[in-house]
Amino acid sequence: MGEPVLDIRGISKSFGALKASDDVSLSLMPGEIHALIGPNGAGKSTLVKQIAGELASDSGSISFCGADISSLGPEARARAGLARSFQVSSILPEMSALENVELAVMGQSKRIFGFFRRSLTDARLAEPASRHLLRVGLEHRADVPAAELSHGERRQLEIAMALALKPKAFLLDEPMAGMGPEGSQRLTGFLDGLRSEAPLLLIEHDMDAVFRLADRISVLVYGRIIASGSVAEIRSNAEVRSAYLGDEAA
Amino acid sequence: MTMATRENGTNVAVAGILASIVVYALLADEPFLITLATRVVIFAIAAVGLNLALGYGGLVSFGHAAFFGIGGFAAGILASHAQDYTAVFESPFLLEGTNQMLIIWPVALVAAALAALAIGALSLRTSGVYFIMITLAFAQMIYYFAISWPRYGGEDGLSIYTRNAFPGADPYSNLHFFLIAVLALAISMLVVWRITNARFGLALQAARQNPGRVSAAGIKPYNVRLTAFVLSAMITGLAGALYVDLIKFVSPAMMSWHISGEIMIIVILGGVGRLFGPLAGALMFVFMEHWLGTSLKEVLPREGAFWDFIQGFLEHWRILLGLTLLAVVLFAKGGIIGILAGGGRGHG
Repeated sequence: MGEPVLDIRGISKSFGALKASDDVSLSLMPGEIHALIGPNGAGKSTLVKQIAGELASDSGSISFCGADISSLGPEARARAGLARSFQVSSILPEMSALENVELAVMGQSKRIFGFFRRSLTDARLAEPASRHLLRVGLEHRADVPAAELSHGERRQLEIAMALALKPKAFLLDEPMAGMGPEGSQRLTGFLDGLRSEAPLLLIEHDMDAVFRLADRISVLVYGRIIASGSVAEIRSNAEVRSAYLGDEAA
Repeated sequence: MTMATRENGTNVAVAGILASIVVYALLADEPFLITLATRVVIFAIAAVGLNLALGYGGLVSFGHAAFFGIGGFAAGILASHAQDYTAVFESPFLLEGTNQMLIIWPVALVAAALAALAIGALSLRTSGVYFIMITLAFAQMIYYFAISWPRYGGEDGLSIYTRNAFPGADPYSNLHFFLIAVLALAISMLVVWRITNARFGLALQAARQNPGRVSAAGIKPYNVRLTAFVLSAMITGLAGALYVDLIKFVSPAMMSWHISGEIMIIVILGGVGRLFGPLAGALMFVFMEHWLGTSLKEVLPREGAFWDFIQGFLEHWRILLGLTLLAVVLFAKGGIIGILAGGGRGHG
């Protein structure tokens, strides 16, 4: 399968006596969807922040596309092509859906110090931004302020913003959170097609989606990876079943 | 679309009020009204500057008097050296005094920018109430430095005897100076209007609404904010240079925290993050100051306990300003422009 796109080696983070992540190693291979699951409080959010660069790790290293990104901030990681989405939709409420995506296009282009040309009508921003909205099926809502979008539409907008970064890997933090069954099913189909573009590290609670999508699953409990393997291996792993899946997988 | 048209109409009306005051002043031969209108314009420029940081960027700077004063001292110092025919300094390069506004203005802009770069670089590492306090602290530092610097008058300040020169303008004409100030205001507003609608403005307003999202898009909110803070200080510095030409005097009082507060009040009264808000706010502020504080006292009777009370009350006209401000903050977050044009964005 070649070199991993994202290679996380032994990263840890403690808050006082609490080890939120403890010697976690994970890799993301080209073309795969690697799902990270774990019960509430397992340290998934901390791990996402460490990978995205919002939290500095106490130890360990992260390399991305062959380069060590451990010391880079979240902005540099995003520009390098590591696109994240947020567990709770993180949008610009006063701006239109189109402007939200334009911001991501702008960050990717690394040209933010434009003081003169009108951004809304600048084809170099508006054209790619509309294309990404179209891909997630939000083109008819382009001019609507993001604050007025429904919950599901905000989730779609998050994905469009991630796409605008021309990512080399996606880091998706519970993209299905709060979506109805129909919405999650549609999104599952969409994410399924996305893996050919860039691999996905998917943090997700929706087990149906995880079992449908994942090539590999890692299970995080109390900050440690207790198991990692294919869907079938994880389903039959006794430790995982007792720690997390319970009867749900039976 | 209709919302935008309504705001445009409001903007034209606000500019129209200023114009009609000056036309009335000319017809009725009331030169003092022209000076008052010029004061409106200059405070509007100062507020246009603050509005870029506070309104669009959400950076509540309580230290913009420092930049107002630095612009003022740049003008005052250059003009005083021109009066004495001496150089400001000779090394590392020769800086001669000048009474040309077109040379004074760039010096004021550069001085304000340098100060803002240093203050902003440190202050912008904090946010919220800490940012308010640290910008105040820096401004007070500069204020006390100016007081204890005897070369240019210290606490007593520095008088300039003739208004500085502008090509084609009569330095003794108040109308000409008013028009020069209007030109500076128009340029400032044009700059802010273009900036806030361009890429940079998108990033700046995004950083106010959701800095985490801006980071995730690959843009450092700090860089965007620092740039906005410097630009904002430059515009306020330009206002300071003009203010010195208006009152022909510069003193550390220009840098006191009262001035920071007044500029902020103007921004909030007019409408935070609205292009014409600073002009509307400055109109209201200056005329409240003048009519409630001075003119009304002369018109109203002085006899009797009731009028005595009213006269005493108007001595403290700022109480009414405070109540107005309170009403705007509580009930009309879009300020005057928001009330007239609708669509208060309700942040900041």
